[in-house]
Formats: sequence, structure tokens, C-alpha cells
Amino acid sequence: MSTATASPGAPASSSAAVPSPTTPKPQGVIARARELAPEVAQGLGLTLVFASVTTLGRIVVPVAVQQTIDSGLRAPGGVDAGRVAVITVAAAVVVLLTMGTSWLVNYRLFRATEAGLASLRTRAFAHVHRLAVLTQGGERRGSLVSRVTSDVDTISTFLQTGMVVLVLSIGQLVLATVLMFVYSWQLALLVLACFVPVLLLRERLQRPVTRAYQQVRLRMGELLGAVSETVVGADVIRAHAASARSWRAVDAAVEAHRKQAVTAQVATAATFSVGVFVSGLVLALVVVAGTLLGVDGDITLGRLLAFLFIIGLFVMPVQAATEVLNELQNALAGWRRVVELIDTPVVVPDPSPTDAVELPAGPVEVRLEGVGYTYPGTSRKVLSDVDLVLPAGSRIAVVGETGSGKTTLARLVTRLVDPDVGRVLLSGVDARRVPEASLHRRVVAVPQEGFLFDSTVGENIRLGRPDATDDDAVAALSDLGLSRWLEQLPDGLETPVGQRGERLSAGERQLVALARAHLADPDLLVLDEATSSVDPATEVRLQRALEHVLSGRTSVAIAHRLSTAEAADVVVVVDSGRVVEVGPASELAHAGGPYSRLHAAWTAQHV
Amino acid sequence: MSSSGTFLPGLKILARGAREEPRLFAGAVLGSVVYGVGTAGSGWLVGRITEDVVVPALTSGSQRTVTTGDVWLAGAALLAVALVTVGGVLLRRIFAGAAMYGLQARYRRALARRYLDLPLSWHHSHPAGRLLATAASDVEATWQAMAILPFALGVVVLIGVAGPAMVAADPVLGGIGLVVVPALVVANAAYSRVMSPKVRRVQRLRGEVSAVAHESFEGALVVKTLGLADGEVARFSEHAARLRDANIAAGRTRGAFDPVIEALPQLGTLLVLAVGAARAASGSADVGDIVQVAYMLSLLAFPVRAIGWTLAELPRTVAGDARLQAVLRESATTPWGTLRADRTASPAAPSARGVEYHHPVPVPDPTDEDDDDDARRRAAAAAPALGRSRAARPVLSGVHLDLTAGTTTALVGGTGSGKSTLAGLLVRLVDPTSGQVLLDGVDVRELAEGELAGVAALVPQATFVFDDTVRGNVALGLEVTDDDVWAALRLAQADGFVASLPDGLDTRVGERGTTLSGGQRQRLALARALVRRPRLLVLDDATSALDPAVERAVLDGLGASFDGGQGTTVLVVASRPATIALADEVVHLERGRVVDRGTAEELLQRDEGYRELVSAYARAARQRAAESMSSENMSSKSMTGEGSRA
Repeated sequence: MSTATASPGAPASSSAAVPSPTTPKPQGVIARARELAPEVAQGLGLTLVFASVTTLGRIVVPVAVQQTIDSGLRAPGGVDAGRVAVITVAAAVVVLLTMGTSWLVNYRLFRATEAGLASLRTRAFAHVHRLAVLTQGGERRGSLVSRVTSDVDTISTFLQTGMVVLVLSIGQLVLATVLMFVYSWQLALLVLACFVPVLLLRERLQRPVTRAYQQVRLRMGELLGAVSETVVGADVIRAHAASARSWRAVDAAVEAHRKQAVTAQVATAATFSVGVFVSGLVLALVVVAGTLLGVDGDITLGRLLAFLFIIGLFVMPVQAATEVLNELQNALAGWRRVVELIDTPVVVPDPSPTDAVELPAGPVEVRLEGVGYTYPGTSRKVLSDVDLVLPAGSRIAVVGETGSGKTTLARLVTRLVDPDVGRVLLSGVDARRVPEASLHRRVVAVPQEGFLFDSTVGENIRLGRPDATDDDAVAALSDLGLSRWLEQLPDGLETPVGQRGERLSAGERQLVALARAHLADPDLLVLDEATSSVDPATEVRLQRALEHVLSGRTSVAIAHRLSTAEAADVVVVVDSGRVVEVGPASELAHAGGPYSRLHAAWTAQHV
Repeated sequence: MSSSGTFLPGLKILARGAREEPRLFAGAVLGSVVYGVGTAGSGWLVGRITEDVVVPALTSGSQRTVTTGDVWLAGAALLAVALVTVGGVLLRRIFAGAAMYGLQARYRRALARRYLDLPLSWHHSHPAGRLLATAASDVEATWQAMAILPFALGVVVLIGVAGPAMVAADPVLGGIGLVVVPALVVANAAYSRVMSPKVRRVQRLRGEVSAVAHESFEGALVVKTLGLADGEVARFSEHAARLRDANIAAGRTRGAFDPVIEALPQLGTLLVLAVGAARAASGSADVGDIVQVAYMLSLLAFPVRAIGWTLAELPRTVAGDARLQAVLRESATTPWGTLRADRTASPAAPSARGVEYHHPVPVPDPTDEDDDDDARRRAAAAAPALGRSRAARPVLSGVHLDLTAGTTTALVGGTGSGKSTLAGLLVRLVDPTSGQVLLDGVDVRELAEGELAGVAALVPQATFVFDDTVRGNVALGLEVTDDDVWAALRLAQADGFVASLPDGLDTRVGERGTTLSGGQRQRLALARALVRRPRLLVLDDATSALDPAVERAVLDGLGASFDGGQGTTVLVVASRPATIALADEVVHLERGRVVDRGTAEELLQRDEGYRELVSAYARAARQRAAESMSSENMSSKSMTGEGSRA
């Protein structure tokens, strides 16, 4: 299968680009759970009280049966119908009562765990957005999605069904143990002795189950990743008739998950059957030992018969608990994947409150000092030795060939990544010391891919400023000279944009993204090929409009269209990760350097 | 779908599952029967041993003498029965699990094939995250019951054996005991009526949570750069809270059902005792028979709950399956034809006849019919808006276009004029709302699956890189040699950067692999199209992320290859004069209509809108030059560039 043939160079932890897990100790789980999903523990005390009452209900009928037979039906003076009536009615009342408490236990557990898991989900989700863009990046978001959906669901399945069984089983075990000692301490010790090896071997028995379930969760993430490709990449797959390749990939992932799940199931069944076997063994041993003890006069017939009966009460919860402990492994595997996500270190962390500095008001000056950057997991330096000062309020264009490091420069300036060496200073403040929330209010980047949310044009623009009205959105478009475009939209601001904005063209998505950024009213605007898909006439109009809009702000435009560069105050030319030229376009065009060459090529194509 | 009983529909779905995995299912049922027989046998054996061994041994003056060997023999017999039971448990669990996972795998494969087969218009109207949730949690919900069903069936067999025995012991008491089973079914009917809408809601909300997460992670860059994280977390948390409330509501019902199914056999046992005592007192029943019925009933009490558990899962089975079938039975299949495309090396002649295109209407969730007014409200709000926009303006209308085989045509138009849609129609990414798209005179809808893609290739604006090697990303399942791949990469000017990757063609790109720049991704997509040696090549602004110099080289390379090679009809969505200069003909699209076509010179002369588009940069440059002349003596701001090495 594909998993077996994964290239040796591939990272071991293959899902969702999250670093490999540091498996937490089970003891730590409860502490983490209290921290990450405190709601689960809410009202747990009362739930446990109800659970104890419910446990009573578990043994009341068997005891009633035994009592009825012994003291009612086989009463010395013949059948004692009155006594039987009292016993059965009393037992029925207890059964009905514990039916109520059992419902309460279930409901309270559902309520507490769902509340806890909702906040766990949200925490994990929030953490994804704290992670660096690089960690989030990639085409297969399916496996990331699986961590906030199906992995969490696994935990809830256990907490809601398994936990009840576990709690009730433990209660029943305690009761049954007490009863066993009441009837015969020797036999009780014998029963316990049989289960001691199981208890001691539990860890070892459970280890394959644990491992198998961890793999199952991993495979599930990969499965969703593969399915996600068929959905998100549908256009490309269709355009190249590549569906056979895609279903082969899905089939491989589905099959890997199925195989792993069956492996886990076999391991679970094996562990469970150990419990069943020991239960049978206990029964056999008690019959033998009890009879021999009885012959020696150490136990009466009545007590032995009662004891045989109680063993049933003891064995059943042991089996149920084995079962639940297996389910627990599945839940723990899901839990680990969620926690692993939450524990993924934030590569671009927020400064500590004592270290945090707000950006000074007004347009932002950008200063790069000896900056170098290498993408994690690669060896090639994308940028090296970059020293650059971009004065506050100036308009800068960054040009260079594909792969020269332009986009990385934009990412450094907007602190989507931190430099490996050197510093990025915004208005004299190290970008690492500015809290993310305030940084992105003042420093806004418009990426090339104009991603829109599945709502309307107006809603997408208003995202730029939370309190913005429709009028603000209209004004933002009009500032950018886009009123005519808005007018020709079928429903104006109410026009639905579709998933990822696909009902609009790529150029239109970029227009919305620009209006959104303008509405955010930033002091530093970074445009990373933000108008690459817009038609030339619109782009020229936009450039004109931007000259007004950008006055009093600093702007950095990454551009492959030199029309942008020519409108800038200063042009920065990047080549192979180094800044090779800086100056006004008019000067550089005739300087005979790299910019002259780019300019000549551009002029040949456009003028 | 009616919101009432799930008993029969649920069993039907499970029966289908059993038919689809007959061997595993049969094995599981067999294991369950063995387990049931073992359990019953163990009970019977304990009774026999008590009577024949324990009682005589411990009763002084017993007529029967019991040796130590007899005692050990009894123990050995019990152990043997336990081993049989263990075998049954293993068989049942392993086979039932394998059946469940086998069904999950089967349906996931079927779903993925449907996803790949359904038209793109369908995809554009179904949120990706929801489709993911269907493949994950809906499949799980549907087949969860399969893990317990064999157990329940084994219990049915057990009842089939124990029931007559109970009835034989005492018809009245046995009858009372057996009433437990129909009582479970009746309780389940009430339960499923309350539970079904709740479960449907839960599954739908799971889909929504997944959709929100998927969308939000896809837009992560925008979320980050605009500082929208808090808003996104609030949005997600709202959906998570709705799912939580729905789960709690379902839990309230589910939590009541379990105690009921647990209590029913218990109450039955008590009733047997009470009635039995009365009957014994009146002399119409034998004490031994009562004990036997009561004992058997208590023996059944635990396994009977397996029936209850299976019944409790049925609403999820029905709800999950409804969502699966919504995809699997979706009638909007891409209607492939039967004709074969011309696979000769001659260039293709595509054309459009009176083509009109509207965006598809978003499709509400398949189980939206229940009580969630929010989803309905949104769907209702979306519908009229879309209705209006349909009436207002289609994306394309009345488009007639004939591309001459072997020529290069530039498609020029303003932002949002419909260029990409037209490009997509030619390679049948979407079908026109009305009108026809033809290739060599044949309606592309008449062509069999894979035929059109075999001769026509599109390089879209936004590139999608699969989690695969460079080779896999270029070949995409096509049988090609490494030489072919390198040739395509060379033509797309991608050979240089691929050669510098750590493992060359074997380097994994995409999620786990090397980060590629926008230009590199675009060139990879270009190579993907070129390796297919298409007779029709559609470039949808496919060189937009390339620098002018690189773009020039790519286009020159294309020209050289296609002139000297097999010859290809090219449609290129373009705006740069240099790109347009490579074209034999220019088509000007405005607001979804073809407004002009001809040579570049002709259009430049007579089409004002076209002139405005293509000469925008030149005019801007002239204007700027004039401005800078007039402000010559104004000193520009001094800039410092310490890193300048020029």
C-alpha cells in the first residue's frame, strides 16, 4: 500500500504538516483535559452520585431473584407469596428509580462532555489560525479538518457511552467484591487472584490496541486528505481526465484505513476475549475450590450457591470495563491528535505581555537589518543579507524574477514569517514585539490569490473592518475607482460569490480583496501581486486611485507588471534572494542593471 | 422522508449491508450464535453441576458420592464451555468489525467516485467541507449499527432456543418473559420517532462544522493578513455550539432509551417472579419451573440489550444513509456521450453556438427539511437573490465562436467579462445553460468520458498541486516516460527549478513537500497540459504569475513546438500586447458577449473598448513620462538602500 512505499525522505508524521506527536503520559491526559475542556468536569460530582444510585439498580434484580427463590419460593413453609410480592414490588420500585437516575447520568454526561468538546474543538480551530501560514499551507486541508471534526467525535463517543459503562462497572465491581467477601473471603481472594495477572498485563495487552488506534486516526486524517483532493481539485482532475489517478489515491487511503481499523479491531477482540476467558476460568475454579472447601466444611452450601451467583455480578463489569478500556484507546488516539494540534508550537509567536509594544501611530517605516530566511525543511536560502530602509509614507515596488524571493520579503514585512537572522523593524519596533492582533490592524497584506468567503460581495468587503456598513463598502469601492464594476454586478453588494469566491472571476476576487484591505485603513499596505489577474485598463485606473488612497501610508507592492513599479517612489530589485538595486524607476531604467533588462522586456511586450 | 419509524428502513439498510459483505456478516452471526450457545450452555452447566456435584458433595449423607475427580471434571467442563464462548466472541467481534469497516470502505470508495464523476457545477454548489463530512461521519453513522447487529441476531437465535424452553417450562411465565422482546420494539418505535429528526440535525450540523472549518482553513492566509482570526473563531464556535446543543438534545433522548431497554428485561424478570409466586401458591406452577424461567430470563437480560443497542442506532443509520444516498443517487451526473474524439495529430476546431451560461444555484443540505429554521432561512434568502441575478445577467450569452484549426486566438476582455467561463466551456469544465459547444463539429456532450480531455487541455488561472511527486503532478495518471515529462517541463520553463529540487522528479510537492512559488506552480500546471500533447490548448491567463521575460520564453517555446510539431489550436486569455501579438486572431469579450473579432490591427483600429484595454499600460507610461517631465525640478524624496549592490 501507499503507506508502506512512502519515500524514506518523507517526514514520519505525515498528516497535516503538523510536527510529529510527543505522546503524552496517560496521567497527563486528565490534567490536560481539565485545562482544555474544563466543562467536562462540571457537575461531575453529582453525576457520580446518581451513578452510584444507578449501580444499585444493576444488582437489585439478581439479588431479588436470589432472595425470592431462597426465601419466597423455597421458604420452609412452602411458597410465601406475600414475601415474594414485597420483594418484587420493592425491586420494581428501585428499578424504576434507577431508570430515572440512569437517564440523569446519561444526560448530564452528554451535556458536560459536549460542552467540553465544543470548546476543545474551538480551541483547536483557533490554534490553526495562530499557526504560521506555512504550517497551515498545503492543498490537503482535509486532514487538518479531521482534527476538529472526526477526532473530536471519537472522544465524544467514548465519553458518552464508554464513560457511563466504566463508572457503573467500577461501582458494580466494588459492590460485588464486598458481597463476595461477605459470603466467602477465601473464594473472593481466589477470584481477585485470577484477575491480578490481567491487571498486571493490562499495559502490555493494551499496547497493541493503543498503537493500532493511533494508526487508525492517522489513516483517517490521510483518508480525508485524499478525499479532500478529489473535491477541491475537481476542476484540474476534470480538465485532465485524471479521475482514475485520484480514485486510485482515494482507494489506497480508504484501504489503508480499513486494514488498520480491522487490525485495531482484532487487537481489541483479543484483549476482550482475555477478559471473557478469565471470567470462565474464575467460574470453573470457584466451583472446584468451593466444592473442595465445602467438603472440608469451610463453606456452607447456601453460601457457595450465593457466591456462584455473585460471580456473575463481578465478571460482567470486568468484561464491560475491558471493552471500555479498548474504546478509551480509540478516544485517546483522537484526543492526542487534537492536543498535538493545540500543542504545535506557534512559529510566529505573540510577544509576552511585558515585551509587547504597540506600533507608533502614523505611517510605518520598514527597516530590514541583515535579514536572511530559509524555509523550514529546505536548505536553500531564499533571502540573505537584506538591508533595506523603506521610509514612512513612501510607495515601494519590489520586482524580480519568479522565485527570486519577492513573496518571502512580503511575508517578512507583514510578519507571516520571522527572519532566521537579522531583524525586521516597523517604525523602529522589532516586528516580533508587536502583538499579532494590533499588527494586523495596522499592517495589511493582500495576497495574489483573492480568497473570498462563501457569502456576498458586500460581506466580504466589510470583513476589512468589523463595524463597517454597506455604505462604507460602497465608498471603499468608489475610492478605488470601482463604482462601475459594482454597478454591473447582478445584485450589487448582495451578489453571492460562491465557495472560495468562485462565482467571480479571479480578477474580480482581487478587486474585492483590495476593497477589503482599503476598508481596513492600514498604515502599511503590502500588495503581493494583488492585481495580477485584473485587466490592464482596470489596473491602470486602480493604480491611479491607489495613488490617492495610499497617500499618508507606506505601501509595498510586489509586482511582475512594471507598470506598478513605474508608479512607485522607489523600486527594489531582488535577484536570487539578494537586493541588487534600489532607486526610482526612472533612474534604474537607464542604469544598465537588472532593472534595465526587466524594463526592456516589459516595454517590448506592452508598448 | 417521513420522520417516524426507522425500524424497517433501518433494517433494510442493514440488510443491504449484510448482502454486500455476506461472508464477514455470516461469520459474525455464526460467532454470535456460538457465543450465545456458550453463554446458555454455561448457565445450563452451572445448574447441572450444582445439582449433580456441588449439592451432593456438600450435603452430608447424600446418596451420591462425589470424588475429587468429579469436581475437577466439572471445572474442566466449565472451562471448555468458556473456551467455546471465547471463540465465539473472537469470531463475532473480528468479523462484525471487519464487516463494518468493509462497508465503510466500500461506501467511501463509492462516494469518492461520485465526487469525481459529478459535474463541476454540482461541486461548485456543494461546500467541500460538507462533502468531506459525508465521507467521514455520515459513512460512520450509517454503518455503526453493523458492529452490533450480528450480536443482536445471535441473541434472536438464543431467544429462539431459550424461548421454547421457557414456554415449555411454564407457558404463562415463559410468555411473560418473551413479551420483553416486542416491548423493546414498541419502545424503539416511540424512541425513533423522537430521535430521528434530532439525529438528522446532528449529522447536518456535523457537515456544517466541517464546512466552516474547511473554508476557514482554506482562507487562512486572508484570515491572518486581515487579522480576522477572532471573527473566524467566533463563527466556528457558534457552529460548534449549535452542534453541541443538537448533540445534547439527541443525548437527552438517547440517554432515556438506554435505561429503558436495560429496565425492560429486569421488570420482566420481576413480573415472572411475582406471577410465578402467585401461580405456585395456587398450585398451578411448579417452583422448579419458575426458577428455570427466572434464571433463563436473567441469563437473557444482558444479551437482549444488544437488540436494544442495535435499535438505538437505527435512527443514525437511516439519517446517515439518507445523506449518502443524496450523493450516490444524485441525478446530476456528467452525461457523457458515446462518440470518440479524433485522436489524430491534426489541430482541433472548437466552436461555440449560441452559448449562454448561468452560475448554478447553491444546493441546500440534503436533510434540510427538518426543524432548523436557520438553514431554511438562509436557503430562502439565497434563492430569490439568485433568481434575480439569473434574470439580470448571465455570465455568457449569445456567444458564437469558431476557432480555426491550427491557429492561435487571443481572448481579450475586461475583468469579469466571462473569459474564464468561456475557456472552461471549450474543454467542458461546465456545460452551457443553453447553446452548444462543438469540437470538430461534434457536440462535446456527445463525446465519451475521457475523450475530450484526451485531446484538449486547459491550464487554469489558479493552480492546484496534488500531494504527490513532481512526476505524479505532471503525469496525473497518464502513462508517460520520464523523457516526456522532462520535455514538457522544458517547454514550460520548469526544467531548471525541478532539476534543482532535492529528488528531481521524485520530489514530493504539495502538502508535505517543498514549497513552490506561484510562478513555479503555474509552470508545473503548464507542463501538466503540455505533456498531454493536446490538439486544443486553452491557457486561461496561465502565465500571469510569470515574469515578462519568462512568459515570453514560454510563449516562444510554445510557438516553436506547435509550429514544428503536430500543430495545435491555441486559445489564450491575454491582455499583454506581446502575448496578443503571437495570436493569429483576437476575440474581444465584453459583459459575456463577443463584441468583436479580427486581427489585432483591425481591432486596434475599430474597437475602442479593445484599444482602451490593451494600450492601457502604454498610455499610462506616456502619461507618467509627461508628468515626470513637468515636475523635473521637483526633487524626489531621498531613498536609502543600504543593500544596493548595483
